[in-house]
Amino acid sequence: MITELGHFALILAFLVACVQAVVPMVGAQKRWPGWMAVAEPAATAQFLLVLLSFAALTHAFVTSDFSLRLVVMNSHSAKPMLYKISGVWGNHEGSMLLWVLILALFGAMAAWFGGNLPPSLRARVLGIQAMVGVAFYAFILFTSNPFLRLAVPPFDGQDLNPLLQDPGLAFHPPFLYLGYVGLSICFSFAAAALIEGRVDAAWGRWVRPWTLLSWVFLTIGIALGSWWAYYELGWGGFWFWDPVENASFMPWLLAAALLHSAIVVEKREALKSWTILLAILAFSFSLIGTFIVRSGVLTSVHAFATDPERGVFILAILVIFTGGSLTLYAARAGVMQAKGVFGVVSRESALVANNILLAVACFVVFVGTLWPLVAEMLFQRKLSVGAPFFNMAFTPFMVLLGLLLPIGSMLSWKRGKLGRIFRQLVPAMLLALAVAGLFWTIQTGRSLMGPIGLALGTWLVAGSVTDILSRIGQSRDYRRLLRLPRADWGKAVAHAGLGVCMAGVAGLMAWQQEDIRVAQLGEPFTVGAYEIELQDVQRVQGPNYFSTMGEVAVREDGREIAHLYPEKRDYPVAKMPTTEAAIDYRFLRDVYVVIGDQQTAGGWTMRVYIKPLANWIWGGAILMALGGLLSLSDRRFRVAAGARKTVPAKGVPAE
Amino acid sequence: MTGLGMLRKLAMLLALVLAMGTVLPGPVLAVQPDEMLDDPALEARARELSKGLRCLVCQNENIDDSNASLARDLRLMVRERLVAGDSDEEVVAFLVDRYGEFVLLQPTTGGWNWLLWAAGPLLFVLAVVTGGIYIRNRSRAAPATEAGLTPEEKARLEEILKG
Repeated sequence: MITELGHFALILAFLVACVQAVVPMVGAQKRWPGWMAVAEPAATAQFLLVLLSFAALTHAFVTSDFSLRLVVMNSHSAKPMLYKISGVWGNHEGSMLLWVLILALFGAMAAWFGGNLPPSLRARVLGIQAMVGVAFYAFILFTSNPFLRLAVPPFDGQDLNPLLQDPGLAFHPPFLYLGYVGLSICFSFAAAALIEGRVDAAWGRWVRPWTLLSWVFLTIGIALGSWWAYYELGWGGFWFWDPVENASFMPWLLAAALLHSAIVVEKREALKSWTILLAILAFSFSLIGTFIVRSGVLTSVHAFATDPERGVFILAILVIFTGGSLTLYAARAGVMQAKGVFGVVSRESALVANNILLAVACFVVFVGTLWPLVAEMLFQRKLSVGAPFFNMAFTPFMVLLGLLLPIGSMLSWKRGKLGRIFRQLVPAMLLALAVAGLFWTIQTGRSLMGPIGLALGTWLVAGSVTDILSRIGQSRDYRRLLRLPRADWGKAVAHAGLGVCMAGVAGLMAWQQEDIRVAQLGEPFTVGAYEIELQDVQRVQGPNYFSTMGEVAVREDGREIAHLYPEKRDYPVAKMPTTEAAIDYRFLRDVYVVIGDQQTAGGWTMRVYIKPLANWIWGGAILMALGGLLSLSDRRFRVAAGARKTVPAKGVPAE
Repeated sequence: MTGLGMLRKLAMLLALVLAMGTVLPGPVLAVQPDEMLDDPALEARARELSKGLRCLVCQNENIDDSNASLARDLRLMVRERLVAGDSDEEVVAFLVDRYGEFVLLQPTTGGWNWLLWAAGPLLFVLAVVTGGIYIRNRSRAAPATEAGLTPEEKARLEEILKG
């Protein structure tokens, strides 16, 4: 019964979205206030209906209703509750439902907080948002319906892929989707502005918070996924340049570019048509990502529910929205005139450089991801484009970005003075060079990557500190730091986060130590500065798996510093083994222990890694997200958002 | 309810017992101790080469990280060639001969692949030129355009002032 209600609510949401996609658009064109006003209640109704539908599906998973095909395929009665819930989006149909739920949520949020928008712009934004919605409701209802019943319900389900039964991965998709789909609002704003033929500082101010929010969610989502790969896949890789990872990375790069170029629109009324184009591209890349994951055109670890029919459907959505908006852009972009005038050395120019580097980096990832497809179709060559290519082709642009960032972020608007900034940045520069020199001399392997990465990280962190300190001027009145706008703090924290992240990536890749061997019980061996001893191995039974659990002591200078329990699990229902690495997390390094098979000659296969600075990668990502949130809480957005309180402030409803 | 719960527990138990009877494929960890060469220099070369070779049945994984049995075969093949005295290039050429360029994670620059490698730098140059022209135009634009309203804006301003 509840399932049918959910199904019905989804169909109703589809119909509401159809109305919302047409009526406000016509109203905005004809200047009919009544028709425009339809958008807001429609957006709210649409959200509530999808929420109901999503709740119904969640109910089916939680109560293990095996009359539902989707629950049978992806759940099991013995599965822990957390994974019964995360199982809702751990499959194609359910994740698409989450997709439209978030799409409707962002539409509703634009309706609730958009009280200060001109009515015609708001009507158009919500109308375009609903058009995207219509396409995806149709996709779900006609090709991927999660509410299909089975005539003969089986006794129990087939369980969720055990790799997905993990706290890190339970929350990875929702965050990623919040980011992906959040960019739809920027897209709607861009398309609406093109129809209106008007982009001004106010537009930049409205779009920026949405971009920031999406970017923060994407950052968290990608970091969670990467952290999961690190501890779950068993060898501590954190990024594989897999097509699906790239699919989430490309919108992230473009969202980062967009949130910087929107500043130029907001403050200086320049870069307008480029910013519009970026907003269109950022969401288009989200759609491309969805297409890559769902169509199976590029094989990948992540691809689920690969189905040509679905792929063609999403390709059609992609072509219609990207093609349509780009056509609109070509027709209308000329209307927008830049107003701000600025010198060659200025913050504006620095942000242009930022956009060039981020966009080109995104392009490199895009070309590399699609090249195997292109080569096969056009040149009949079956080839692979893997990590070595991306590391080589992508990294230079990021290094350049890191080098320029502290300088560019301190330049003043309109006309900056390089000499003054260089003088202020001398300490940061010297510190970075000293770090590079120090690590160049003490490291064992003579790779340049470690010293360069650490120097870049130092340069970025010290540059951010210099930037913040420069804001209090010569007064040395540190209390003024607390009164600085939060956007300034956000900027410094996020930029420092990028530095921490870069240092982490370089440190881990340059100085990782590895040891593979057959370990005998009670016979210690040394790896790097540590002594490792496998003390015991036991068979343990979990709720829906068996485990072979080792007990490992880690000693440093004869003193035990950690006791680790690496596991090897077998999930009998899903018929799949997983490795659960045991990690001793420390600030400067992780000790990463994996247990393998028992050897016939006695002993167990063991892999031990020393991973320097591993946590910095995710720590940096957290700092970046935190910086984004700080910036988002800046007064000027709150003022902009709450300028006209037509809606009682009730915040974002909890899901 | 309790009856159903009991049944479910029984089913789970049954599944567990069945699973114990059958042999589950254990997660064969990537590089195994028994595969490794005694000569550390040779082994290091093997590891480095493995990182650039694709496990053909996997999805975008190199043979060094992969758990697949084919990846193990390839790893052993790499080591065999190295022990036989092949240079790094010869080992790679041997594998490309057998499995095609699909096995290379780092694509060659041959044929149209130069476009793949040049795409980023080319776009970068193009973007820098375009961006440079844009910045030059902005720095030379008459600041007068900032002042003054367009006729529509004037009309709108009047509208707002009246309203």
